[in-house]
Amino acid sequence: MTMGVQSSLLKDSRFKAWEPVLWLLAFAAPALSPSHALIINEIAIVALFAVSLDLILGYTGIVSLGHAAFFGLGGYVAALFAKLVMPDPLVGLAVGMLAATLLGALASFTVMRGSDLTRLMVTLGVGLILLELANKLDWLTGGADGLQGVVMGPLLGRFEFDLNGQTAAYYSLTVLLLLFLLLRRVVHSPFGATLMAIRDNRLRAMAIGIPVNARLAASYTLAAAVAGAAGALMTQTTGFASLDLFEFHRSADVMLILVIGGTGWLYGGVAGAIVFKLMQDAISSITPQYWTFWIGLFLVVLVLVGRERLLRPWTWFKRPSGGGKA
Amino acid sequence: MLTLLFDGIAYGMLLFILAVGLAVTMGLMNFINLAHGAFAMAGGYITVLLMQRFGVPFLVCLPLAFLGSALLGAVLERTLYRPLYHKPHLDQVLFSIGLVFMAVAGVDYFIGSTQQIIQLPEWLKGRTELGSDGWMLGMGHYRLFIVAVCAALTVALQYLLTRTRFGSQLRASVDDQRVAAGMGINVNIVFLSTFAVGSGLAGLGGALGAEVLGLDPSFPLKFMVYFLIVVAVGGTSSITGPLLAALLLGIADVAGKYYIPKLGAFIVYSLMIAILIWRPQGLFVRKGGK
Repeated sequence: MTMGVQSSLLKDSRFKAWEPVLWLLAFAAPALSPSHALIINEIAIVALFAVSLDLILGYTGIVSLGHAAFFGLGGYVAALFAKLVMPDPLVGLAVGMLAATLLGALASFTVMRGSDLTRLMVTLGVGLILLELANKLDWLTGGADGLQGVVMGPLLGRFEFDLNGQTAAYYSLTVLLLLFLLLRRVVHSPFGATLMAIRDNRLRAMAIGIPVNARLAASYTLAAAVAGAAGALMTQTTGFASLDLFEFHRSADVMLILVIGGTGWLYGGVAGAIVFKLMQDAISSITPQYWTFWIGLFLVVLVLVGRERLLRPWTWFKRPSGGGKA
Repeated sequence: MLTLLFDGIAYGMLLFILAVGLAVTMGLMNFINLAHGAFAMAGGYITVLLMQRFGVPFLVCLPLAFLGSALLGAVLERTLYRPLYHKPHLDQVLFSIGLVFMAVAGVDYFIGSTQQIIQLPEWLKGRTELGSDGWMLGMGHYRLFIVAVCAALTVALQYLLTRTRFGSQLRASVDDQRVAAGMGINVNIVFLSTFAVGSGLAGLGGALGAEVLGLDPSFPLKFMVYFLIVVAVGGTSSITGPLLAALLLGIADVAGKYYIPKLGAFIVYSLMIAILIWRPQGLFVRKGGK
């Protein structure tokens, strides 16, 4: 009996056969088609960002509209570190993550209380404060012009960042893989199970002795660290940091990405990032200025029709069966 | 000093008119609507287009802006919003962000991304100064007009909510939807008309505020935060809460930008976070209710 429960609980955490194949394909992609290395790099970064949001949105149930705060902070810190202290990318990545972790730990106090609306507001507020800071501290960050002149050193002292972006793509993919595996381990651990318990019913979670606030703080901080890593990768591989990193639409986009791919399932962030980036690329090559309209329309349709039904066209003309609950 | 206070009050009153509809819809339907600014923008553009293309006088435009936005609100409520009342908040957030994106890009496409300018009538342009030296009070006539209109609207709203039959139906629906429906109140109609009036007020606010706040396609995104602050800080259970929150926000914003321009909007956001951590349900919460 115990064995049965245990194995069914462990079933989800086992690696499926397609997982290594997916990662092998991802790592083969920049070599197979070097001209797409830049967009592969971008997809890897956005996927990492979306996966970090999944930890707090999908697993812990916090609706955040300010996740770009951590992304931007990681990015700016990594870029400033490269410019002012030393150009080594790995140390810069660690410093960027550290900064985002600290901010995450601090900001985690703001998401413990209140309703969804309150949390939405404070996360949004934190993002806006950082945007204002980056804007006003122009002697440090370059203000609205962005931070220019970031020159990265070679990776591991050997691989230079080239214009084609192949090094960048491998760098981002590797970081994505490592952090993904870490998060995969975390969400399938007992710790991850308590997060889902909090998401599903906070009161009951408290009643069975889960320290709700401590778990919320831990997951929020971890998500902030990973988002900071994504931001650091972004500025390191592009050699540029601008206010755009903190913008509201970035938080909104990443939420959309996660919803496309599905929340509460780490691969959702990865799948969503691929779909979103390819879609963005395609639409903005047709109408560069108005592509947000189509993204908006997509969001509205997605919510009204429902993600499940939108992805399964064959259910469109069926009547909802039985209990009426989809 | 007094001038600043006056400007802050005018700004706050304007924010209140813009956001009060949001407060009521959020409190009533528990719906997180980030697209409220889009209705305000609609009102603003109705006014601008009517004045520029058809030469309609400003004062006639204001009620038209109200009606236009209210109609838009009613149509959208019936077609798009209603199915989402019982969906999770995440869906509502995504849906309304989508609407905002569409509104921003759509206006950009049809009207252009330039800032729109409203030609005020002559009698609203001047400025009156009272007192002297340190206690001088300079009042722009237009701001005085805004304060007067908004104050009148506030009184009217308060009357509507507390003294009329519709007001008691609305309050009953806010407190407990199911019981209200059981008592024979047609909750759907109450929702629809409230949403329409709220959108209309936002449209009116957008028309009034086009001159003060500036009007361009990014309006709903730029002021979304301000509306949400008013609602989150003021609470959603009465209209006095949002009114006080809006005034506080208006004064803090104007004074902050004047005295410490370096910090900009910083003060407002920090204040909001501090208040929300201190009292997550908002500053002015009525006891009881649901």
